[in-house]
Amino acid sequence: MSATSAPGAVSTAPSKKPADTPPSGTKKARNPKRVLVYVLLSVGLLIMSAPFLWMALSAFKTQQELTASPPVWIPTEWTLDNFRELLDKLDLPLYFMNSVIVAVLVTVSNLVFCSMLGYALAKLNFAGRNKIFGLVLGALMVPGNLMLLPLFVLMSKLQLIDSYAGLVLPFAAGAFGVFLMRQFMQSIPDELLEAARMDGAGEWYIFWRIVMPLVKPALATLSIFTFLGSWNNFVWPLIATNDPDKYTLPVALATFATDPNKAGGSNGMLMAGSLLVVLPVVVLFIALQRHFTQGIATAGMK
Amino acid sequence: MRTMTAKAAQSAKAQAGSGTSGSPATGPAGRRGGKKASMGVQNVAGWLFSTPFLVLFLVFMAFPIIATLVMSFTDFGLRNVTHPLDANFIGFENYIKLFSDEKFLKSLFNTAYFVVIGVPLTIGLGLVVAVLLNNGIDRARTFFRVGFYAPVVTTIVAVAVVWRFVLDPSDGLVAGLLSEVGLTSPDFLGSETLAMPSMIAMAVWRNLGTVMVLFIAGLQAIPTEVREAARLDGAGVWQEFKGITVPLLRPTLLYATVITTIGYLNVFEEPFVMTQGGPSDSTLTVSLNMYREGFNFFHMGYASAMAYVLFVVIMGITVLQLRLLKDNTK
Repeated sequence: MSATSAPGAVSTAPSKKPADTPPSGTKKARNPKRVLVYVLLSVGLLIMSAPFLWMALSAFKTQQELTASPPVWIPTEWTLDNFRELLDKLDLPLYFMNSVIVAVLVTVSNLVFCSMLGYALAKLNFAGRNKIFGLVLGALMVPGNLMLLPLFVLMSKLQLIDSYAGLVLPFAAGAFGVFLMRQFMQSIPDELLEAARMDGAGEWYIFWRIVMPLVKPALATLSIFTFLGSWNNFVWPLIATNDPDKYTLPVALATFATDPNKAGGSNGMLMAGSLLVVLPVVVLFIALQRHFTQGIATAGMK
Repeated sequence: MRTMTAKAAQSAKAQAGSGTSGSPATGPAGRRGGKKASMGVQNVAGWLFSTPFLVLFLVFMAFPIIATLVMSFTDFGLRNVTHPLDANFIGFENYIKLFSDEKFLKSLFNTAYFVVIGVPLTIGLGLVVAVLLNNGIDRARTFFRVGFYAPVVTTIVAVAVVWRFVLDPSDGLVAGLLSEVGLTSPDFLGSETLAMPSMIAMAVWRNLGTVMVLFIAGLQAIPTEVREAARLDGAGVWQEFKGITVPLLRPTLLYATVITTIGYLNVFEEPFVMTQGGPSDSTLTVSLNMYREGFNFFHMGYASAMAYVLFVVIMGITVLQLRLLKDNTK
């Protein structure tokens, strides 16, 4: 029975640490059910990580080993030729910079604008507030693909095709961010803000100096998701750029991978490219993984 | 800033202690009272704080949503990109044409195929992994969670490129594994019957993590006492799962199903990179079809009609799901 009651203790999140460690050391945890769970999870994890491993190993294989049959699983001589050849053909540093600039601009503007509206919706009592909140909820449901055609025409008219502004503006303030910030800011006690108002603080001061520091965890979550969304975004940058010098990483990689004249048969080069695109986000994710899972859970529960 | 906060907190406490909810400084027109004096101030502040978002929303969302609808009733083409107002109204012609367009009907079918098979698989496997992680183990829990979630954060374009190679019939990972046991690999992405299932496999692989995280959060919200009571009453693992876990997870299930369905209905990158919609349009999805009509052939009025059909389908399915899954809770 001890084995079955332990998971219950674990699932009460707040007392996690103390409840978790001592029992697992003392109880006879080696029951078959538990072993089976570990085996299933390990097999699942192996399948989940197989494409990544395959990508990483293939990126370092020679052309010969890439096409060998029977297959060579682990490269016998590790080579950087794929990377060299790729960097020769594809100006990755440029695309990397484009992606970073766009993602940083999108993230900063979301942090500021979404927080501002989030604050107004959570803590200011003004006419039209519920209507605006309704708009935000509605906007959450609208698929991005619906807007592509007129957006392209609009951006052409504004001569923003092939510009950072054209890539950033449509994503500068997302409804998800407003929703997230509003949820967090609602938990700030009204008394705190009233007291600040009593001391003569203006709304901007209250927002910037009192509320924003209190919602740092939410800001962290929002920046991660926004940055990632922008980093991985594909359709809009594909449409809004014609000049290859303005491509973001995914557009450059996709264009390269689908053009038979360029990458054609060289899977080694493509795996090297994919590795370079995926690695930064995976490293970022592992470093910040707590924020990811919390963010998703928070957004989902509300 | 720190002193400000501390002071504010202090006076907040004092105020809470005295039992008044309205603030004396703003007089009788306390915020919650909603009287004129402070209401005026907050109206201005409220709208000022809302303005940046609203401007961006109006220009880059509200306007395009309406413009797509208007465009779908016109013959908007390449020359109208520079002269949008010259497009001619043609009534429902685009919509009528759509439903006799074999290619569009095929893309509609393919998208439905992707959703109908992909969503239940993603939800089911995500739930299984979440339950395993939540009930069976105490060690390496974070390790597994990170591992199963990792594909979610990766760039779809990059993983589509990787999967294309994984499924390569001569040099791919699957082909290699099959050859180790003496089998030859089918040409997954080159076969009309296997291309779509391959793409579904990749989508499940990539999105399972999102569903898993949602379910873990949902599972942890189930009170321990409920489970223990069931066990005391002699409920087995399966009975506990069916009688407690699934019903109490219903809100999570609803949310996960809706967001996965919306995401899958918009599927674009996977066929764009892996198959370009082929072979013989067997992986052409509505979004890819729309992209091609709109941005390769510049039939933008026609593509707008496609975008709206997809939008209406998405709305309809979302409402239907909300209704179905909600009614069952009674």
